[in-house]
Amino acid sequence: MKQSSVVDLLLLLLTIAVLATPAFSDLVLSKVERRIDVTSQFARVTKTLKVVNPGSESVSEFMLIFPKFLGNNLAYLSVKTKRPVANLSVKKADPKGIPDSISVYSVGLPKTLSKGDTLTLEVVATFTNVLQPFPEKITQGEIHLVMLQESSQYLSPYTVESQSLSIKLPNARIESYSKLENTKLQGSELKYGPYKNLSPFSYSPIVVHFESKAAFSVAEKLVREIEVSHWGNVQVTEHYNVVHRGAQLKGEFSRLDFQARPNPRGASAFRHLLARLPPRAHSIYYRDDIGNISTSEMQSDSKKTELLIEPRFPLFGGWKTFFTIGYGLPLSDFLFASEGKRFVNISFGSPMIDLVTEKLIVQVVLPEGSKDISVTTPFAVKQSREIKYSHLDIAGRPVVVLEKDNVVLDHNQHIQVYYKFSNINLLSEPLMLISGFFVLFITCIIYTRADFSISKSSPTYLAKLQWDEVLATLQEVQSIIQKCLAAHDKLEASLRDLSRTGDIQTCKAARKSTDSLLKDLSKELKPLQGFLQSSPSASHISPKVEELVVKEKELQEKLMAKHTTVVEGYEKKSSGRDIENRIASQQQKIIALRQEIEDLLEFIDEI
Amino acid sequence: MGGKSEPAKSESMATTTTSPDLINSSFFSFKSLKLKTKQQELLLRISILGLVYILAFIARLFSVLRYESMIHEFDPYFNYRTTLFLTEKGFYEFWNWFDSESWYPLGRIIGGTLYPGLMVTAALIYWALRFLRFFVHIREVCVLTAPFFASNTTLVAYFFGKEIWDTGAGLVAAVLIAICPGYISRSVAGSYDNEAVAIFALLLTFYLFVKAVNTGSLAWALASAFGYFYMVSAWGGYVFIINLVPLYVLVLLITGRYSMRLYIAYNCMYILGMLLAMQIRFVGFQHVQSGEHMGAMGVFLLMQVFYFLDWVKYQLNDTKLFQTFLRITVTSAIMVGGIALGLGTASGYISPWTGRFYSLLDPTYAKDHIPIIASVSEHQPTAWSSFMFDYHILLFLFPAGLYFCFKRLSDATIFIVMYGLTSLYFAGVMVRLILVATPAVCLISAIAVSATVKNLTSLLRTKQKVSQTGSTKGAGSSKASSKVTLDQSQPFQKNGAIALLVGVFYLLSRYAIHCTWVTSEAYSSPSIVLAARGAHGNRILFDDYREAYYWLRQNTPTDAKIMSWWDYGYQITAMGNRTVIVDNNTWNNTHIATVGRAMSSNEDEAYEIMRSLDVNYVLVVFGGVTGYSSDDINKFLWMVRIGGGVYPVIKEPEYLVNGEFRVDKGASPKMLNCLMYKLCYYRFGELTTEYGKPPGYDRARGVEIGNKDIKLEHLEEAYTTSNWIVRIYRVKPPTNRL
Repeated sequence: MKQSSVVDLLLLLLTIAVLATPAFSDLVLSKVERRIDVTSQFARVTKTLKVVNPGSESVSEFMLIFPKFLGNNLAYLSVKTKRPVANLSVKKADPKGIPDSISVYSVGLPKTLSKGDTLTLEVVATFTNVLQPFPEKITQGEIHLVMLQESSQYLSPYTVESQSLSIKLPNARIESYSKLENTKLQGSELKYGPYKNLSPFSYSPIVVHFESKAAFSVAEKLVREIEVSHWGNVQVTEHYNVVHRGAQLKGEFSRLDFQARPNPRGASAFRHLLARLPPRAHSIYYRDDIGNISTSEMQSDSKKTELLIEPRFPLFGGWKTFFTIGYGLPLSDFLFASEGKRFVNISFGSPMIDLVTEKLIVQVVLPEGSKDISVTTPFAVKQSREIKYSHLDIAGRPVVVLEKDNVVLDHNQHIQVYYKFSNINLLSEPLMLISGFFVLFITCIIYTRADFSISKSSPTYLAKLQWDEVLATLQEVQSIIQKCLAAHDKLEASLRDLSRTGDIQTCKAARKSTDSLLKDLSKELKPLQGFLQSSPSASHISPKVEELVVKEKELQEKLMAKHTTVVEGYEKKSSGRDIENRIASQQQKIIALRQEIEDLLEFIDEI
Repeated sequence: MGGKSEPAKSESMATTTTSPDLINSSFFSFKSLKLKTKQQELLLRISILGLVYILAFIARLFSVLRYESMIHEFDPYFNYRTTLFLTEKGFYEFWNWFDSESWYPLGRIIGGTLYPGLMVTAALIYWALRFLRFFVHIREVCVLTAPFFASNTTLVAYFFGKEIWDTGAGLVAAVLIAICPGYISRSVAGSYDNEAVAIFALLLTFYLFVKAVNTGSLAWALASAFGYFYMVSAWGGYVFIINLVPLYVLVLLITGRYSMRLYIAYNCMYILGMLLAMQIRFVGFQHVQSGEHMGAMGVFLLMQVFYFLDWVKYQLNDTKLFQTFLRITVTSAIMVGGIALGLGTASGYISPWTGRFYSLLDPTYAKDHIPIIASVSEHQPTAWSSFMFDYHILLFLFPAGLYFCFKRLSDATIFIVMYGLTSLYFAGVMVRLILVATPAVCLISAIAVSATVKNLTSLLRTKQKVSQTGSTKGAGSSKASSKVTLDQSQPFQKNGAIALLVGVFYLLSRYAIHCTWVTSEAYSSPSIVLAARGAHGNRILFDDYREAYYWLRQNTPTDAKIMSWWDYGYQITAMGNRTVIVDNNTWNNTHIATVGRAMSSNEDEAYEIMRSLDVNYVLVVFGGVTGYSSDDINKFLWMVRIGGGVYPVIKEPEYLVNGEFRVDKGASPKMLNCLMYKLCYYRFGELTTEYGKPPGYDRARGVEIGNKDIKLEHLEEAYTTSNWIVRIYRVKPPTNRL
């Protein structure tokens, strides 16, 4: 591929020389300084261009051109003017008469350049995939060598009066580099130029072959899901498909060599990835398809949160892995309001340092019921809409999907998603839950209260009805007996009062009221008893009830007798001891009866 | 008494006699509460059950809290994989699934060789939750299925206890089973295995059957048939039901407890249960053809004979004639049955008992005949210590419960006694069957606890009542009441009862503590992640298995075939998503033996075998660096045995030295050069594992290895995990012939 591209270039130069296109205005670049930084896995090119317009026509457009093999790998391009500081608009252009092997970008100038005007442009361009591993396959112990192809002369449609190039190499071995005139190697910096008075489309290829210790970590696909919840959280979930794009590993992977101290072999592999998350990130997790990955470290301060993650295995050239990280962010840091709309202001790219993303998909999930959605981004992205269903959703949440290829760290700029959302919608989900439980309880109530039997005349159903009636009657009987017992207690209490105060009248009054009460109660008891006797399903219970009633009667009589004796005793003014002696036998019987009644009650209670 | 003066008087009374009024009012409130004892009791019961339900669930969440929500062990990974498939592709795809990712090159018909109950249950829960708008991940559903069903089991245990004894016993049974380690061991969160739902289904079937026998109701019998169907769909242990129930019926017949209720319950349950069970493809016609199911059919026919005889007896009204008739019928029935059985077996229509069934009845059978069953650690006979570990106080309560059961013998208690005794025997044969015995042990122990506590408290309560009524009589009759309290009581009865109650509660609290400890220490670690304590007391995780499986998943060709010992098959397919040669569904002994043979041959011979099986990668588990003892070297003798069982070329004695298995210098040359040894110890001789020991010191076996200079010719190291627990080798393509 490298050779073919060189051949391409030669062809290209030929064609250009033949064509000598008139499509470009005749600007002159009085000074060009290029600096290429290849210490990481991508090439970051910074150019300072001094543009002069010697011609008579005023110019409002400036052309930047790259050879195709670089243009295709252009990830990021920005053009600025220094004074005043302003970002200029850049768009891809396709002027006629330009061969296929050249990519052209046109820059709109802030003001038209009339004759003699000068302007200084600052161009920053980031290229991915331009550091080609060579050799393409290495063993575990070998070092990782890569190759950079560039031109020592600045490729431009304009005449260049003076230009220089400096390449910043990583601080390691340099295998070879093209030696032209005015080539200098100072430490890890390689300098070409200055070259004077170059005609348009000058090109002189150079190749630098050097060791790279950078991690060639590329996310083949990264899906970032940003879910906005108005309950106070922005949940970010990122799914990474990471691959090592450096020289492929051939032969064995030896753990022994990899772990060897002090000379581990396996320099070409990377073990860690560093993510710089926003401050106040919380509930961070790191997992993959088969579970949690326990090798990660986190440091946080007020400025940032740093997450150092280690994939399950070290990644050698060509090895792949997939993982997911997720974290929550406080809503107040990212959600703002403007002109009756809300907007989320959040970073576009991945928080991973040194990671190139080949295909980035950002999904901003807005709360259910959001309307009037619009997006502003600092660069062009592909947009689409989706619906996502999450817990307790009915209509689904609107999702803004943004797609972009070849994303580098320079793209970590903020995007804004505007939408309208009323706070009433917040209540819908709790209300749904509440109504769900409400319905559940109502059904339970209806189920227990309503009669669902199919046949209303079947014997079992009738028996059940009757049994229910018997149970109800039994309960009534019980309550009456309890009342009787309570009346007895009152009577006893009156006796105790008597012994203390000697007030016979009160005692008699109490007796009278109890008497009438008991009579009423026994009247109430009659029909119930009758019902129990007649009911066939109560046949085994009615004798017990019968017994209970009889015992109660007996107790009543005994109690009355005791009461009479005591009152009489007091009326006769006998001594306390005397009265006690007289009622002693009765007292014992009363206690025994009482016990029996309680036992019977308990028995009935257990039915 | 004038009506006018009365209010004033009563008022004065109220002021003077506040204290008795107070007593009265409190007495009344107590009485009025007592009026609602039923509701009170109901409320108490429901809240206890609710708490037990929650307790059973949360006691099983240790592993989720300590590690993460993940699937444990080996088999659950297969279940998880199939559930995933079911939820993604739907039921028909699942039912007709031919899995080419396992048992290469044979493949496996998944739909026809698995019990789908568990997967369908989890999928239904998943779909129900999604319908209710809870978008959970299927993994969470799978992880929590076992605790959820354990909670349900406590409810069934309550109803079962209620049916055989009373509500008290039911409640105690629910509490006991909720935290019994014997059950927890198989139902912690993440152990997504068939047993998780099967124990619920087992107990439910038994409960419904006993209910059907008690009531003679067709509805309950039908319900129990469906319970049986669920059990058949969930676990191979259904064979226990289809043998225990007929045995129980037989015992009832012999003890003269034959009744119409029993006739209805058994016939309905057997016929419908059989028809339903035949719908499960894995069971199919086995239900009428295999020897294990013949007992049920025999008892079914016997029931008809009994019924017929009953009818004849009713018609004849002549004892002598009936006796002769009885003799003729019974002899001919037995003869016909015997001949039919003989013919069926001889013609091959009725298949003989399977090896697994034999090995249950005879613990030594598997060791001699089926090494593949004997090689599984959970198929070993149970040690006493594990009974104690899993049952704790239940072991002592069980005989006491049996005593109470015999004291109040009924159809239901006979059932639970039979269930308890048979399952306890099986639990003694195989460690894993402790699980089956657990519900019975819990129920019978619950009867013991409940009956004891009930007796003791009733003793206490009668006393309290007498003294209470005495006190309400007031000061005026204190003497009389004290007299009453004194009579009809034995000396120290009350104190004794209190002491015993305290003892019971002490025992129960010890049980609770023990269960929590066992759950937390022994049963809540997912075997896929190993945890150890570092030198400073910090926790170190060995996540090597997942590291290796994930490496396979990401960095091997999608059609790569992985050879490993069968233990890791399910995990490789589920987590590594790659094709394996053999897995934990040990259906083809020969195939496993081939792998065993490859592992125990030298590299050249092994290479031939691996080429013939299209193997691309070989995976071995090695604990020499970490001291992890259940690795492939320690399992190696089983590979030799299983391999040798099919291929007589492999001879076990050749790998032993004087009957001893060694890996050091004294090991046999065959051992030192076999593939397994080479793969485990490749370049291990250069590694210093422990300070002060020579390089190549194997920490799992505590010896210095015998062959430190291992060269591989046909394989190369592809990946070794960070703690060397899993090592993966790539099989090189054959070298070009010049």
